[in-house]
This record gives sequence, structure tokens and C-alpha cells, in this order.
Amino acid sequence: MTGLGRLGRLVVIGVPFLWLALFFLLPLLIVVKISLAESTIGIPPYTPLFVNDGSGLKLHATLANFALIAGDDLYLRAYLGSLGNAAVATALCLLVGYPVAYAIARSQGVRRQLLLFLIMLPFWTSFLIRVYAWIAILEPNGLLNQALIALGLIATPLPLLNNLFSVQLGLVYSYLPFMILPLYGSLSGLDQSLIEAAADLGARPLQTFLGVTLPLTLPGIAAGCLLVLIPAIGEFVIPDLLGGPDTLMIGKVLWDEFFNNRDWPVAAAVAVVLVAALALPLLAAQRFLERGHTA
Amino acid sequence: MLGFGFLYAPIVLLVLYSFNASRLVTVWAGFSTRWYGALFHDEAFGATALTSLEVAAMAATLSLVLGTLAGLGMARFGRFPGRPLYGFALLAPLVVPEVILGLSLLLLFVACQSWFGWPGRGMLTITVAHATFGACFVSVLVRAQLAGFDRALEEAALDLGARPWTVLTRITLPGISPALISGWLLAFTLSLDDLVIASFVTGPSATTLPMAVFSSVRLGVSPEVNALATLFLCVVFLLVAFAGWLMARAERRRVT
Repeated sequence: MTGLGRLGRLVVIGVPFLWLALFFLLPLLIVVKISLAESTIGIPPYTPLFVNDGSGLKLHATLANFALIAGDDLYLRAYLGSLGNAAVATALCLLVGYPVAYAIARSQGVRRQLLLFLIMLPFWTSFLIRVYAWIAILEPNGLLNQALIALGLIATPLPLLNNLFSVQLGLVYSYLPFMILPLYGSLSGLDQSLIEAAADLGARPLQTFLGVTLPLTLPGIAAGCLLVLIPAIGEFVIPDLLGGPDTLMIGKVLWDEFFNNRDWPVAAAVAVVLVAALALPLLAAQRFLERGHTA
Repeated sequence: MLGFGFLYAPIVLLVLYSFNASRLVTVWAGFSTRWYGALFHDEAFGATALTSLEVAAMAATLSLVLGTLAGLGMARFGRFPGRPLYGFALLAPLVVPEVILGLSLLLLFVACQSWFGWPGRGMLTITVAHATFGACFVSVLVRAQLAGFDRALEEAALDLGARPWTVLTRITLPGISPALISGWLLAFTLSLDDLVIASFVTGPSATTLPMAVFSSVRLGVSPEVNALATLFLCVVFLLVAFAGWLMARAERRRVT
């Protein structure tokens, strides 16, 4: 490959680069542009940013959309609600995922391959349908409530659906594999002799775990947490299908702003604030994922 | 093991209830395949499924080409101007919330429409959107496989006078074929599954399967959707098994 000429190099790097610049980076800039426009009735439903009024191009930008977001506490609650829900879901994924990843990393041969395959398999099945499957389980007269009543544990159905509980459950359920895979990568690369050395030197299992295993798998923990946290903050399907009136999340607010209110500039402003909030975690994610590649 | 139970219980229940004769999830009224019959007679689902399959096949193929080039570039070309930005653009779409990808692409397409009168909104725009994030997934798989691929083979071929193009097609690409196969399949299923991005960038002319499923699911649990999900699972299992077989074969060929 190193012998590939300048032209080959240009094609290999340039074509996908250009594609991503056109269809990922440029659109982000356009979102910023539209967030400064005013909403109008028409096609497209926003005002142009530059207006030619005869005496040359005039910049016609407004911060009204951002003022609206800052002024209405609906948006603030939605941002904080998303962050809170995503953070709790990330912590729960870590708590559930770490032992699972540990068990896979310690298993051998075919068994290990099979377990890994089972973790990957949900990636290949429909996300929408997996979320939807929970509705039938959590409904007031759904499977879980019926089972609990049949067992005599409760007398009346518990409210399990359309609340914070169901949203959290959906988030953990959907994003768990994204936590387990990087954790597994980190744990399987762990030098077993370090753990044996710690044990030989008299460390108790808990001490070994806290002093050796946990610090050495921190990159995997960080990568997993970011892979869960960032997409979970902007999640739409889960709060829409499993959420209720008290589970405000910003992904759903953006969706409603766009599809129901048809206010594109406000939707764009909501997106700009969200991207700005996610910029730091995104850059951190890139660092950890890049490191995973070179390791 | 509890973790696996948690991951699979809802899917298993879904499959079971797709064979339930009753419309109600809560009542088991005996084994029946009536929902499969109803599904096959539902023309709306059929048409959207075709749209989805077409989009997914085109998007996956585009993803494969772009993602393989990107993976090769990142893994083999070391430093070049713009590499950090490029790396960011390759990884960010994997985690950036879908609502943002969808909204930003839609605004691009709308702007394009008003500048050039093209491309409208429909299957083409969905395909482009899906190819963009699909390419990022493919590039991750290709890079991972290239990292484990013996570079000496490529260098040996070059030393023996093979041209770079020959090395690429005879040594490198066959060597990373497992990543290429799983990359195409992953891009295909991601496209087939996407609701949010497609909803943003589509127009009145194209409805994909997830959109049809979503609007019927929003009205409540529907046994037809259970049947559809079960069929979907079967297809995915077959595809994954087929891919596994292909990869095992590629592995054997490489060893011998």
C-alpha cells in the first residue's frame, strides 16, 4: 500500500473524506445557520440568512430561537432530564455490564465465542422492535404485572409503563451491548500475570480488583460510558414509546418541534445547543476510541 | 447469565406471542399463524418492506466502498493533513444522536433543493444518509481487521514487483474479507432498522418499514408487528449464519 502513488493516496483518503465533509460536517454548519433564521410559512419554512435589498447583501440573523430556548424552562428541564436519565442509565449499564464482560473475558474457547456472539446479536435485530417488545411486558395488564399478581405478590397492577422506570429500563436494555463490548476488549487484553502477581504478594481479591483490574480497564470503562451516554442523551424512540408526561427528553422535544410544530429554526437551535453540550464528550470519545485502534 | 436473560427475554416473548391466536397479549388463546396471514395480505407493509430492502442494499454497498477506503486510509497512510478532523468525522456519526444526524442532513438536502433544484426527498436522500453512517461502521471494522493483518505480506508482494492495485485486490482485500462481509451486513441491517434519520430525510414519496411499524406501534401493541418482528429475526439469523459460514470459509482458504 505504501507503494500506492500520489493519485491512489488521494483517492483512498479523499473520496470518503469529501463524502463525510459533505454529508456530516457541512450539515452541522447548516444547522447553525438555520438556528439563526426566523420561522415563516413557506417552503422552506425559514427566512434566508442573507438578504439582498438592493444595496448589497445584508445579514439577517436573529438569536430569538436561542432566547426562546433559554426563556422557556421546558427546554432546560428537557436537557437536564436527558442528561440525568442518560447518566443513570450509563451507571446502571456499567454495573450490569462489568460482571458480564468479566465473565466473558474469563471464559475460554468456543464458550467465549458463543457468549460474544450472543452479546453482538441484538445489534443485528431491530432496535425499534426490541423497545416495542417491552410494551407488552410492562403494560398495566401486561405480562409482568400478570405474573406478579398470579404469584400473589401484588394485588393491583403496578404502573410500570410510561414513566421514569420504563424509560430507564429501555435505555439500559438497548445500550447494554455498547457498554459490554469495550469493557470486554479492555478486560481480555489484561495481562493475567499482573493479577497473579498481586495475589502472590498477598492482596485479597477485592484489593486486586480495585488496585489492579479496575485501573487497567479504565480506558474500556471510559469508552463504554461515552458510547452509552452520548447517544442516550439524544434518544428519541425510547422516551417516545416507553416514556410518559414526566419523562421529558431533548431528543423527543426536538422531534416534536420539527414534526409537530414545524418550527425548523427552533428545532435547529435545540440541536445546536445539544451538539455544543456534547462536543467535549465527543472529543473524549474520539480519543478513547482512537486509542483502542492503536492498541 | 442473568444479563443474557435480560437481553433475550423480550425477544423470546415477542416470538411466542406472534403465534398467539388472540389479539390480546395477555390472553393465550392457542397456537395460530393468523397474524402471519394478515401480515402477508397487508399491502402497506409489503410495499414499505420493498422500499426498505432496496434502500438498505444500496446504502450498504455504498457504505462498503466508502468505509473500506476510509479504513485503508486511516490504517495505512499514517499522517496526512486533516487527519484529526477526518478521524472525528469517521467516529462521531457512531455516537451522535440520530435526531441530530437526521435534522442536519435534511437541512442540507433542503438547501440543495433550493440551490440546484435537486435531489428532492425520498429514497435517494435516505440512501445517502444511511450510507454516511454505515460507512463509519464499516471503517471501524476494516481498521480493526487491518490492525491484525500481517503487513509483511503486502510488502513482500510489492518487493516481488506486484503493482499496488494488484496487492490491494489479491492480498489486502481477500485478507480482510471477514470485515468486508460483516461490514456490509451491519450497514444493511442498520439501514433496515433506522427510523429516526429516515423520518427526517424522507419525503412523501418514500415510506420505509420502520416508519410503518412505528406508526402502528404508537397505536398500541399489534400482533401483526409481532409476526413481522419474528420474520425479521429469522432473516437476520439466516444472514448472520450465512456470513459466519462465508467467513469460516475465507479463514480456511487463507490458512491453506
